[in-house]
Amino acid sequence: MVIKIMRDFAKRIFSSIFKRRSNISIGFYGPPNAGKTSLANRICKDWTGEEIGTVSKIPHETRNVQFKEKVEISYKGKKITFKLVDTPGIATKIDYEDFLKYGMGKKESQQRAKEATQGVIESIQWLDDMNAVIVVLDSTQNPYSQVNITIIGNLVARKIPVLVVANKIDMKKADIKRVESAFPEYDVVGISAKYGKNMDEFYESLFKLARKA
Amino acid sequence: MRKPKTINGFSLRFIPFAEIEALSSGDRIKKILDVALENRIVILQGRLKAEEESRLIEDTMVMIGRVKGFKGIELSVLQPNSNNLSIVSKLKHNLANALVSSHDALTIIGPASIVREIRKDPKKVEIFMKR
Repeated sequence: MVIKIMRDFAKRIFSSIFKRRSNISIGFYGPPNAGKTSLANRICKDWTGEEIGTVSKIPHETRNVQFKEKVEISYKGKKITFKLVDTPGIATKIDYEDFLKYGMGKKESQQRAKEATQGVIESIQWLDDMNAVIVVLDSTQNPYSQVNITIIGNLVARKIPVLVVANKIDMKKADIKRVESAFPEYDVVGISAKYGKNMDEFYESLFKLARKA
Repeated sequence: MRKPKTINGFSLRFIPFAEIEALSSGDRIKKILDVALENRIVILQGRLKAEEESRLIEDTMVMIGRVKGFKGIELSVLQPNSNNLSIVSKLKHNLANALVSSHDALTIIGPASIVREIRKDPKKVEIFMKR
């Protein structure tokens, strides 16, 4: 009888650990053009050989939530399966005229703006489905923008673990220290998703994040 | 001598926290957006809850699609830095905020058609207007 109880207990513990460590939904959140899709692509390519979405210099390239399920990542002998969720950039304003500067036609720009506004709404609505979130920031930009603060504030309110990624460290204007001082309570890892720079440290931080999820 | 560029003027609307305190989250956001849609800059005493801030962004996106010429908002929350306070003062500050909401903050919400950018830095805040 005692053996049976102990065996059931061990089984429950094991299954709960196993459950926690498989298919963890990780969201990529942040302002437009910070490199969310570039990072999601880098991870997907590293571990599945496929990309998750297209990237562009024109803001709001990702206008729908896109995801990749069962991405198995190994790090230092440990394996975790993730569901990677790439979200449209969150902004407080969208002006179709901004897209005209990139050589787009008026109609195409208006359509892109319309889809981008819907994308922002979709991103926010997906927040509740995340087990953990990677906030991707462009390390060449001012990190103190209210959008960044609002995203992180919402994650804290929902008790969702956060990892801050300072992307584009390959660029001259990159300033990771500024990102660190803007968000002193969070783990900040500097990377270049485009060139795969510092990905080892990123995966280490990702596994730490998964443990909190 | 080069003539300095000027802007035609803008209108500010101060909303004391008491004016929104009893409102539901939806009504708070509606009140703020109504003022922004009149092309006025809102100076709100205190700050919205995190969920209200994200809902403000969602509702702003909906309005961009519905109201002609509306391009969104610039949003910034200014809050005194509590990092330099002693532990006791910090506790008092947090307790006061929890009880009566964050009254020592200021929230600036400007329509994107007149406010180009609110640039925040730990030491200063700059509001850049559209000409």
